[in-house]
Amino acid sequence: MTTTAQQDAPRVRTRRRRSSDRGVNRAFRITATGAGALILAVLAAVAIFLVIEAWPSISAGSETLAESISWFPEDANLLTFVGPLVFGTLLGSALAMLIAVPLAIGIALFISHYAPRRMAQALGYVIDLLAAIPSVVYGLWGAIVVTPVVQPVWEWLSSTLGWIPLFAGPAANPARVMLTVAVVLAVMILPIITAVSREVFLQTPRLHEEAALALGATRWEMIRTAVLPFARSGIISASMLGLGRALGETMAVLMILSPGAMYSFAVLQAGQQQTIAANIAAQYPEASGLGVSTLIATGLALFVITMAVNMAARAIVARRKDFSGAN
Amino acid sequence: MERHVKLSRISRVGTAVAVGALALTLTACGSDDPVGDAAGGDDSAATSDEATLSGSLNGAGASSQEAAMNAWRAGFQSAQPDVTVNYDPIGSGGGRTNFIEGATSFAGSDAALDDEEIVDAQARCLDGDVLELPMYISPIAVIFNLEGVDQLKLDAPTIAGIFNGDITSWDDPAIAEQNPDATLPATAVTPVNRSDESGTTENFTEYLVAAAGDAWPHEASGDWPVSGTQSAQGTSGVVQTVQGGDGTIGYADASQAGDLGTVEVKVGEEYVPYSPEAAAKVVDASENIEGRGQYDFALELARDTTESGAYPIVLVSYHLACAQYEDQAEADLVKGFLGYVASPEGQEASASAAGSAPISDALRTEVTTAIDAIGVK
Amino acid sequence: MTATTASPQPAAPRSDRSDEVRKALRTVDTGRRRKDRAMQVVVYVAFALAVIPLISVAWTVLSNGIERFDWYFLTHSMRGVFGGMDAGGIYHAIVGTFEITLGATIISVPIGILTAIYLVEYGRGSLARSVTFFVDVMTGIPSIVAGLFAYALFAVFFGPGISMGIMGSIALSVLMIPVVVRSTEEMLKLVPNELREASYALGVPKWLTIVKVVLRTATAGIVTGVMLAVARVIGETAPLLITVGVIDSINFNLFDGRMMTLPVYVYRQYSQGYVPCNDASAVCIPEINFDRAWAAALTLILIVMVLNILARLVSRYFSPKIR
Repeated sequence: MTTTAQQDAPRVRTRRRRSSDRGVNRAFRITATGAGALILAVLAAVAIFLVIEAWPSISAGSETLAESISWFPEDANLLTFVGPLVFGTLLGSALAMLIAVPLAIGIALFISHYAPRRMAQALGYVIDLLAAIPSVVYGLWGAIVVTPVVQPVWEWLSSTLGWIPLFAGPAANPARVMLTVAVVLAVMILPIITAVSREVFLQTPRLHEEAALALGATRWEMIRTAVLPFARSGIISASMLGLGRALGETMAVLMILSPGAMYSFAVLQAGQQQTIAANIAAQYPEASGLGVSTLIATGLALFVITMAVNMAARAIVARRKDFSGAN
Repeated sequence: MERHVKLSRISRVGTAVAVGALALTLTACGSDDPVGDAAGGDDSAATSDEATLSGSLNGAGASSQEAAMNAWRAGFQSAQPDVTVNYDPIGSGGGRTNFIEGATSFAGSDAALDDEEIVDAQARCLDGDVLELPMYISPIAVIFNLEGVDQLKLDAPTIAGIFNGDITSWDDPAIAEQNPDATLPATAVTPVNRSDESGTTENFTEYLVAAAGDAWPHEASGDWPVSGTQSAQGTSGVVQTVQGGDGTIGYADASQAGDLGTVEVKVGEEYVPYSPEAAAKVVDASENIEGRGQYDFALELARDTTESGAYPIVLVSYHLACAQYEDQAEADLVKGFLGYVASPEGQEASASAAGSAPISDALRTEVTTAIDAIGVK
Repeated sequence: MTATTASPQPAAPRSDRSDEVRKALRTVDTGRRRKDRAMQVVVYVAFALAVIPLISVAWTVLSNGIERFDWYFLTHSMRGVFGGMDAGGIYHAIVGTFEITLGATIISVPIGILTAIYLVEYGRGSLARSVTFFVDVMTGIPSIVAGLFAYALFAVFFGPGISMGIMGSIALSVLMIPVVVRSTEEMLKLVPNELREASYALGVPKWLTIVKVVLRTATAGIVTGVMLAVARVIGETAPLLITVGVIDSINFNLFDGRMMTLPVYVYRQYSQGYVPCNDASAVCIPEINFDRAWAAALTLILIVMVLNILARLVSRYFSPKIR
């Protein structure tokens, strides 16, 4: 804490420092530092063990893979096998984010700045409770309730906007397609993004808000000029949390989507895309040996993607350092 | 100072909550015998056998057998209360591997061992005979959901055309010719298949290869060969997908067909609806694979049979075991359990729980001689 | 709020002029007002849109699950239950979920809190920066990757095909640690520096200051954070499907053999689908598996809700008022 200021530090301070880094104090500091280092070790371990277990598949030739794994396509290698899965994962998550982020910001604003105070708290509870609904329940709900409801809507989309490649028809019936998955994923990540954004919105300094209002700003202008800029990094980190969940979401995709392995933007047609996570869960129970190894290799790809996404986000957002309520 | 007062209260309350929660969990009495309380005594077999066996028996393999296996395990365990039978539905391939490696005492498999595996399995069985017993026979129904149509008659080339995507509309002449009485709408045909690797798919494609001729250009495989289709995980997934759309058609274990329309399949000159009896019949009409051991009943299923009243789309799943084990207790357990599976009670239990077709008496006689031969080296 | 905007006009020389200013400040030109209204509608609609699926989920689970949700269901396992029998419950799954989650909590809470302490109280320099960075990265680890990691870890040391409860705990703790770190970090940062300085001034060593002053002040917030983290991981399905497997009997031993957990139970029951019920003599319910799936889902949601509400209450009633 005071390494740089050792020379000109007052005497009292130096005395405390001298006695401070001994015995229990030292042990405590080392333990805490060790815990911090352990986080890095865990993350490294995740990568290392995944690589170890994926290695047989990575080092095996494509013929070996195709021969010993029944679901491995002929004349493909590991990269051409993972490629479409990566594409499907990104497409699904991107669509989900497109739907969820604006909606979540709206909801968070509603709770933090529009709803009456007393109601706001209750609404906050509701959203929080829904943030914790297990993904398997969303999967059940998506497969049984949502699919039939959205089918006519997709039908309409494909017939009116079919010239856009994304909505190319014919719309599948039943609607076990990527757009349905994206809608359910959006619902799933909505509460998380909302909860985090709301917390950030509520932390907007009251003075900033009142200053904006005092300058004659409307409520929306106050939000745009005071709340949103203050919360921008919070919103991004909230979205990242949501994106992490969407990228890795398994059960809902597994239970809703008709999988396929193509580089296809047709999100209204069945059997076009598949995500990495759902593919792992689908094949894993009956995989053995090289099959498990290949699935772990795809998991490694997912891990790398999420790492990259998060790192990119971190690079964009300079982390707000001085967040201490005391300062 | 006020804070301190508050804080000590927190920790006290926190501890109280934690202890309370723990106590609640510990005192909550759980039971590992749900059946005894709820629906006891539904096994007539319990009285006929003497409870002489004990220990635990481990098997693994095909998930298609899981529902039946649950019934068999429960039935056998209630007859032999000191026995625990475990069955791990890890898939046919994994089951065969585990069995050959000696990790399990028996295996369930949707496919017979191939030539290479037979050699390994004989080594695992102390150079003795390998038992391949076709004791789980399940008809696969071709199910569809089409408004206004309850029953369809189709021949193999038409079914192949539909599933290969060549026939795209329900009022296609190929379908209409065979169903003059039905009013077929111009709805688009949506074929639905299994998305996971499965014995059901393998048996269904085997049927298409054998019976449909040129209309089915793909090879038989546990993975669906056509891409860009509607598909779902597991039998229940397929059933639900077919149910969820209009104009859908799929294939699934007949036991789960529920209220959906089912296709009568053309065999010889007549159309045969699926039934357990018709499924058992095709098994009886099939030949054993040549050149295997005396207790090996691996079948060459007659998919293209023209025998009257036989339903050719069936899934036959085998129980793999050894004729010789090192350990007397293990041998007794395997013998007892497979004996129960082959018995009329066992077959009745799986028919009730999983909708399988009970094996014929002729097959039972054969299988029983093999099971009776199980012993130690 | 309008009161605050209008009030600071004391120094106006003439009263009618101040009225004019007040009026100008209060009335907004129509374009801006229309935009304000439009955004208000957008925000309200956003909320309404979100509420539809939420109500739908809650209603579906409740209406489908309530039928089988009773004491028998909660206190019995699935051992020996097959077909359409009117029997079977989730006791084994509750045991599994409880133990595995507890294991994950025991692993991740000390690590998480210590890491947060390190970041807030000690962390300077490149190690702290990279820890902060990678904790953020870790929040984005997909749950299935965490499951694969636990599988790979045990496969390397114990050979492939192994599965036991503790693997699930480890997978879940990978997901839980960053959540605990982040929430604890935020809470520790909220502790006013004055408290620390007062403690130092009294000659209290730093570690004792952290334990007795900083941590105790932040206790409520930390407990809330931990409970929310537990609620977050208790519903994870995919990692447990991979590591812990399925079983139909009660297994109390976290270190030996498979365990059932509630989310996996829901998925298993769902994927078993309808029961044929060919035997007219026995009691047989065709949709029993779906009923059990919904009832288990209801149980799971109730557990998560209780955890959330408790967490809320803790933070509401026990946290020191800082603002």
